Amino acid sequence: MHTKKQILDLQVIKHTSLNDHHAVLTCTSEKKLPTLLAGQFAEISAGDTAGTFLRRPFSIHDYNKDENTVSFLIQIKGNGSAIIGSLQPGEYMNVILPLGNSFSMPAQGEKVLLTGGGCGVAPLLLLAKSVIAAGASCDILIGARDEDNLMETEELSELGTLFTTTEDGSEGIQGFVTDHPVMQELKENYSKVYSCGPDPMMKAVATIAEASGVDCEVSLENTMACGIGACLCCVTETTEGHKCVCTDGPVFNSKELKWHN
Amino acid sequence: MAQLNVNIDKLKLANPVLTASGTFGYGFEFDDFIDVNDLGGIVVKATTEEHREGNKYPRMAETPHGMLNAVGLQNKGIKYFRDEIYPKLRKYSTNVIANVSGSTVESYVAVAREMNQLDHIPAIELNISCPNVKEGGMAFGTSCASAQEVTKAVREVYDKTLIVKLSPNVTNIADIALAVEESGADAVSLINTLLSMAIDIRTQRPVLSTITGGLSGPAVKPVALRMVWQVAQAVKIPVIGMGGITNAEDAIEFLLAGATAIEVGTANFIDPQVTVKIINGINEYLEHTGCQSVNEIIGALKTK
Ligand SMILES: Cc1cc2nc3c(=O)[nH]c(=O)nc-3n(C[C@H](O)[C@H](O)[C@H](O)COP(=O)(O)OP(=O)(O)OC[C@H]3O[C@@H](n4cnc5c(N)ncnc54)[C@H](O)[C@@H]3O)c2cc1C
Ligand SMILES: Cc1cc2nc3c(=O)[nH]c(=O)nc-3n(C[C@H](O)[C@H](O)[C@H](O)COP(=O)(O)O)c2cc1C
Ligand code: FES
Repeated sequence: MHTKKQILDLQVIKHTSLNDHHAVLTCTSEKKLPTLLAGQFAEISAGDTAGTFLRRPFSIHDYNKDENTVSFLIQIKGNGSAIIGSLQPGEYMNVILPLGNSFSMPAQGEKVLLTGGGCGVAPLLLLAKSVIAAGASCDILIGARDEDNLMETEELSELGTLFTTTEDGSEGIQGFVTDHPVMQELKENYSKVYSCGPDPMMKAVATIAEASGVDCEVSLENTMACGIGACLCCVTETTEGHKCVCTDGPVFNSKELKWHN
Repeated sequence: MAQLNVNIDKLKLANPVLTASGTFGYGFEFDDFIDVNDLGGIVVKATTEEHREGNKYPRMAETPHGMLNAVGLQNKGIKYFRDEIYPKLRKYSTNVIANVSGSTVESYVAVAREMNQLDHIPAIELNISCPNVKEGGMAFGTSCASAQEVTKAVREVYDKTLIVKLSPNVTNIADIALAVEESGADAVSLINTLLSMAIDIRTQRPVLSTITGGLSGPAVKPVALRMVWQVAQAVKIPVIGMGGITNAEDAIEFLLAGATAIEVGTANFIDPQVTVKIINGINEYLEHTGCQSVNEIIGALKTK
């Protein structure tokens, strides 16, 4: 099904600071938002400054059809995310959405594992809600550098059992997500694994999933100029040659990928 | 409503706004945002003789008011274009122009010969200016002799409107323009991207996998405008101007400098509706200045 892409001015109605370099922006639109699926993203304009000429891609963090709201989890990295991530209630941002494919949904009654690293938790909130809406259930495993960077734990723990790891051991199991015991019993417990985070983390999760014979879907990041399949700047190497992360992805079955570097 | 129609050789454009190759996909990518048929025409992404995977990732770097790309002519080759893409392009009633690329004279000729058979493609734009391929590409556009050789060879097999796209990475672009005019080109378009690079000082590595790439966007506009003006002074065939056009004012500058039509590239990434806004803006300008037709401002630059 193709949902028509729209260019919209969204108004920020809530700015929630998660720590000193992450914020969740909840936005609404005068026009009805198109249906947004877990895994899809938006291209957000940071305004035309010398350093923020192109739009920036951000995952749909949450979507509420009844309230006509969408939210984004923004990590402040460079100029663009700094401008977008500091928008306050009442301010506007121009977005193009919905972009990209989406995570595939499990069948009714299945149980899946959602894994996220750092700000890779961004698409997992809507994913967990969608999995439940599909009549399936999930456990959620998130990892970060330290306790302060484990985000959205309260919201996520309402949607499934939440497991955590931190590199410094300040919360949950010490180490990476792949060091968590749930990763040792994938086949026994889950019909599918989803992953979003830094490439090395997704690759490690996918390697374990593939070895256990469990399907794994990952959500890739890539530098993008257009986000709509027009420039061919965002390719990733797959078993079928170069594919665009913005239109063929960002969600890929891990078996399709020939991870670069 | 002022008259916006212009002619490029036998090609009749309802208005002077086209899209730049490689920045507009095959047009389909923009169907959600605009009615593509409102444009004077579209130049679709490059087609080569064989399938090309293009360059490795990373292929893009943002720089102040512009971007570098190193896509490297990724496309599935002329056969795939003819059999799979062309039938879908037939839905557009506006002019669909193919961008033809190659690495040898023979490969340009092979693609041009196939394109000549496709009745819904009224013109080709010969890309002798791509900075992102190792062999061929820009090399053809940087000397008068090789530009002439490839233009002549293609002219022999191509009957419809032949536009040759020039590289800005030369000492004197007007000389190249004259050389291709003499070799049978019906029009020239310029500029392709400027050879450039970006370095990540944290890793002390180039940002692009290919080290160098092509710069586009508003950053190149003053250079492009100067070149369009120089070429328009030199040749008699129509000039199609591009480079950093993001609004109607930019487009009007190119028309005043002597461009009969313009192409919009990188700006499509930021605002997929920008082309239609530019058409409306040109019309408003003409009405405001009391012009009946866009032809009145083409080359109307006052230098005295
Ligand atoms: C599909 C997708 C979904 C994403 N979802 C989220 C999310 O939900 N939350 C979040 O915090 N971040 C997300 N990102 C990453 C986010 O887009 C980048 O952090 C952001 O573009 C950096 O911009 P900047 O101006 O702050 O940084 P700069 O480093 O100054 O950016 C410079 C240039 O590099 C590009 N760039 C740099 N890093 C990335 C990157 N990792 N991915 C894409 N482009 C990059 C920018 O677009 C820009 O053109 C996502 C990326 C993609 C591709
Ligand atoms: C991502 C990208 C891909 C491009 N691919 C092609 C191409 O395949 N063939 C071509 O002739 N020009 C190509 N170009 C050059 C543009 O058509 C145009 O000449 C250039 O970008 C300058 O215009 P602009 O500043 O409006 O983008 C490409 C440009 C970009 C940014
Ligand atoms: S970002 Fe342009 S094709 Fe994906």
